[in-house]
Amino acid sequence: MLSVRDLGVAFGMVQPLSGVSFSVNKGETLGIVGESGSGKSLTAMSVMGLLPLSGGRITGGSVEFDGQDLTKLPERAYRKLRGGRIGLITQNPMTSLDPLQKIGPQVDDVAKLHLGLDGAEARARTEDILGTLRIPEPSLICERYPHQMSGGMKQRIVIAMALAADPDVLIADEPTTALDVTVQAQIIRLLDDLVKERDLALVLITHDMSVVAQTCDKIVVMYAGRAVEHGPVEEIFDRPRHPYTQALIACIPRGLDDATRLTGIEGTVPTVLNYPKGCPFHPRCPRAEAICATDPPEFSVAGDSAAACHFAEVANAQPA
Amino acid sequence: MILRYTFQRLLMLIPVSFSISVVIFMIVYLLPGDPIDNLLRVGSSAEDRAELVARYGLDRSLVVQYFVWIGNMFQGEFGQAIVLRRPVADLIAQNLPYSLTLGGLAFLFSSTVGMALGTVSAIVRHPVLDRFMRGFILLGSTVPGFWLALLLILLFSVNLGWFPVSGAGGWQSLVLPVLTIGFGGVALVARVTRVALLDAQREDFVTLLHAKGLSSGTILFRHLMPHALLPVVTILALRIGWILGGAVTVEFVFGRPGLGSLLIRALGQRDYPVVQACLLMLALAVMLGTLIGDVAQASMDPRIREKKS
Ligand SMILES: Nc1ncnc2c1ncn2[C@@H]1O[C@H](COP(=O)(O)OP(=O)(O)O)[C@@H](O)[C@H]1O
Ligand code: SF4
Ligand SMILES: [Mg+2]
Repeated sequence: MLSVRDLGVAFGMVQPLSGVSFSVNKGETLGIVGESGSGKSLTAMSVMGLLPLSGGRITGGSVEFDGQDLTKLPERAYRKLRGGRIGLITQNPMTSLDPLQKIGPQVDDVAKLHLGLDGAEARARTEDILGTLRIPEPSLICERYPHQMSGGMKQRIVIAMALAADPDVLIADEPTTALDVTVQAQIIRLLDDLVKERDLALVLITHDMSVVAQTCDKIVVMYAGRAVEHGPVEEIFDRPRHPYTQALIACIPRGLDDATRLTGIEGTVPTVLNYPKGCPFHPRCPRAEAICATDPPEFSVAGDSAAACHFAEVANAQPA
Repeated sequence: MILRYTFQRLLMLIPVSFSISVVIFMIVYLLPGDPIDNLLRVGSSAEDRAELVARYGLDRSLVVQYFVWIGNMFQGEFGQAIVLRRPVADLIAQNLPYSLTLGGLAFLFSSTVGMALGTVSAIVRHPVLDRFMRGFILLGSTVPGFWLALLLILLFSVNLGWFPVSGAGGWQSLVLPVLTIGFGGVALVARVTRVALLDAQREDFVTLLHAKGLSSGTILFRHLMPHALLPVVTILALRIGWILGGAVTVEFVFGRPGLGSLLIRALGQRDYPVVQACLLMLALAVMLGTLIGDVAQASMDPRIREKKS
């Protein structure tokens, strides 16, 4: 359905994203994981064709959707896809709705725009979708303003907007990061159900490995603007071959103690201005050797998965 | 909800108007000079003077004078002009329409032209246009009104002869005064509109508006403009006072009738009742402007409506 190949993004002279590839099909969930600053949102914005909003541009690679390369699509045609066939869910529901407008009209817009419905039809559809998202009293909610609702409820509204035109692909950029834990679980379950009921292709961006383990079919691990490992979830979790992936999995909290989540990796994520030479992970990598600081590793394929590490072949010997 | 909000704002104006009325009443007594001096003929006796002072109630204590004055004001009884010897209400009624026309047009001019310029400069991010706008805004916020008025008169009236030098003839006589008062406003409104639009553009929800497939034009007019309008309304409401203040000098420079001219003349003659009435009208207009601004904002922004009511 959606297939990204060797994607690169630049802002002026800096190149925060390069060599990102993945693909998703209908009824499938792809997880993109990585710490904050690893380029997950840039990937989402590239697929949506919204990089120009922040002054960025795609410098290489392709974004193939339904047989056409979106990187070459004119803006007018792209607008039909956005909201129509590709829906976006963003991170912070507190700021993702227009505070001056009621909920109803904000959702109605999508069906009006893409399905050509009139006001009443669009509203009926909105209430219908809100109902399927388990939002109580949809007609009342439509008359509310965003500030009158909780974060979890607003995120459902955002999901409703993304679904209103019955898209094929849904991109969810950390849809639960800003929510509290119980609501997080509800939203993730909701998305999971939607994929099955509507045969959606879901790109789920998260930095939470346990969410990936629960919901995803495939996974791309990103670090410092690059994909470092990708493959089917079971393979990656059973036999992670990249030291970064191993570290991420090792950091999944086993018990109720949430505190170790992702804070367990020593050091900090490099920013765009100081991406390391060679393997981007080498300053933090427990297995790094001299070659890691000089030569960027190639992908080494094993089964359906691949890892970009000089020592991926032998990594299996040291399970996480 | 909006009615209740308006009512609350009105209630809050009561103590404000009371303090303002005291200040206005007192200011006049702090001014040097005495209107009775202007009325007395050369060679009048001390008795003549005392009689005049008593006739206008100037011999009573300040507190009594204040309550008599404010009581009269409430009944729409503005009193008698001491020097001009006519009812103050007549003078106000005669001059107010001129000021309202001038102020209203200047307000309209600065809001429409200012918002248009601000919007264009926010969308068309062109370096040359940017520099022009910045220069214009700097000029608009620093050039004093009276100086601009003199320049405009020199250029358009004296040299080109397009508009009358002074007076209140037809629409031609309004052009230069409106330009003079409105110029600073245009620059200010343009700047506020521009900044507010650029800020609104950076908001998170704009990404999702684009993700819905809306066009940039739709997003601008249906979503960004209302956000930009909020600070513009605030600034415009505050501007009402500024415009009236501007009208005072501009009316004087252009020799137009109006509250400003009346005020300046009355000040020169120490004609207390007229000065007080004029100041009160100006203060009232400022309060009304703020009220309208607040209510307009509340009607646009549901968050304000809820927080304050
Ligand atoms: N507008 C921008 N200009 C320059 N660099 C940017 C911009 N947006 C993001 N970046 C850089 O791109 C990198 C990845 O950002 P992002 O995709 O937001 O990461 P993530 O979503 O994984 O947290 C970061 O290092 C960030 O500094
Ligand atoms: S290439 Fe070297 S530094 Fe990079 S992950 Fe593999 S071992 Fe670590
Ligand atoms: Mg992000």
